[in-house]
Amino acid sequence: MIKDLIQSAIDEESKPYWDGLKEGKLFIQYCGGCHQSIFYPRSICPHCFSEEISWQESSGTGKIYSFTIVHQAFGPFKGDTPFVIGIIELDEGVRMMTRIIGDKEEIAIDKRVSVVFSMVESDLVLPYFEVV
Amino acid sequence: MKSDKIAAIVGVAESDIGKTPGKNVLQLQAQAAKLALEDAGLTKNDIDAVFTAGNWAWAPNLMLAEYLGIQPKYTDSTNIGGSSFEAHVGHAAAGIEAGLFEVALITYGSTNRTNPSNSIFKSPLTAQYEIPYGLPTPVGAYALAAMRHMHQYGTTSEQLAEIAVATRKWAVLNEKAYMKEEICIEDVLNSRKIAEPLHLLDCCLVSDGGGAVIIASKNVANRLNKKPVWIIGHGESHSHNTITNMPDLTITSAKESGKRALEMAGISHEEIDVAEIYDSFTITVLLTLESLGFCKPGEGGAFVSGGRTAPGGDFPMNTNGGGLSYCHPGMYGIFLLIEAARQLRGECSSRQVENAKIALVHGTGGVLSSTSTVILGGD
Repeated sequence: MIKDLIQSAIDEESKPYWDGLKEGKLFIQYCGGCHQSIFYPRSICPHCFSEEISWQESSGTGKIYSFTIVHQAFGPFKGDTPFVIGIIELDEGVRMMTRIIGDKEEIAIDKRVSVVFSMVESDLVLPYFEVV
Repeated sequence: MKSDKIAAIVGVAESDIGKTPGKNVLQLQAQAAKLALEDAGLTKNDIDAVFTAGNWAWAPNLMLAEYLGIQPKYTDSTNIGGSSFEAHVGHAAAGIEAGLFEVALITYGSTNRTNPSNSIFKSPLTAQYEIPYGLPTPVGAYALAAMRHMHQYGTTSEQLAEIAVATRKWAVLNEKAYMKEEICIEDVLNSRKIAEPLHLLDCCLVSDGGGAVIIASKNVANRLNKKPVWIIGHGESHSHNTITNMPDLTITSAKESGKRALEMAGISHEEIDVAEIYDSFTITVLLTLESLGFCKPGEGGAFVSGGRTAPGGDFPMNTNGGGLSYCHPGMYGIFLLIEAARQLRGECSSRQVENAKIALVHGTGGVLSSTSTVILGGD
């Protein structure tokens, strides 16, 4: 199970993010000190060290910064190959790792993408992206 | 060269490498440490500082020093991945300069091939935002960087393959190398895809093996039989932990660590006779050469083309056959130091770079995360 790989890390700091996904919301954070977005969730702003941090719902849109088509995978992902992993730059300015789904021929760096909430297990929703 | 001769590499050795069934990581390190001491003409009792890095114990220095019967007065377990050992060299030189100790032992050991250890960490912490997607690490992270570099600069798979082909040519000349059959560019391109754009032959080996390096003060170094290999420059840095958080997938912190090391040594790029550059993947080398300033961003592909880094080329690099063809037990950095020291001592027989006086050694750790650069000068 994929959830088992990360369960021990889900704590007060990250739980709102994981819970949001189950409701179809992609939460990132916003720093009131320097007015920049933050991802992944933290207790302190990595730009200015302010603790004035709030949750912000992302537009869920952005572009592909890079991607790779994976042909050899491990553990619960072994049977998924070939699949596409991307790093997305959200319009709020933060980057996140994701799976890019849909026609592989359409996938290219700088292409616009939007989030697709994918229930990969009964208790785990992941923000995948597809080319728009 | 502006640096004073303060500390030197005085002994180097590998343990058994390749496949070492039945051996554990402590045996490999003990074997390498003993051989390195013999190489230096020193004994265990001369060691007063211990450096190691590994994830085989919660406090590797404690376990290793107890096993070897050493009670050090200085200890450093800096672990920044494969570049840890270049960092250890810098730290050892600084410690010697500060008068804290005279002789340091740096070791590494791994049974990554016959007995790979899984993570000892209970919680993935910030890796929780990457793990659920199934990126195979580290190769997938390096693939993301390669794809971005190709997009930005038009770098090709053929150019990356040049690095694997040239490195293999060096391995053919090294009896200790694991892979000694010549390959051509087509062989790399036709090897199976692991994570596009990287193929199997763009990736390093998975080996067992250990190594040891002895660092000594000038006073000690000058009374030993072999010529000291002076540590004349050092720099280190790290820019991220998870690949998603690498500020620019095409620029590593070699830009910082390399600059500082070269400045400390008072050396220009043209003065470097031999380069030992961490080659976990072909793209690692290409990005490193650019970030170190041997060529401009985007010119790495052209720089390595035409067998330039192969034996007989004008930029001798990874002269032991590298992590790609000689040995790569997970954290490869110590082997770069061993080879550079041997080159500067003129001990490399058929693969000897003629008249090698200055070597650049560059480690890369994690997922292009950490870098540490050492400049070494022959006596």
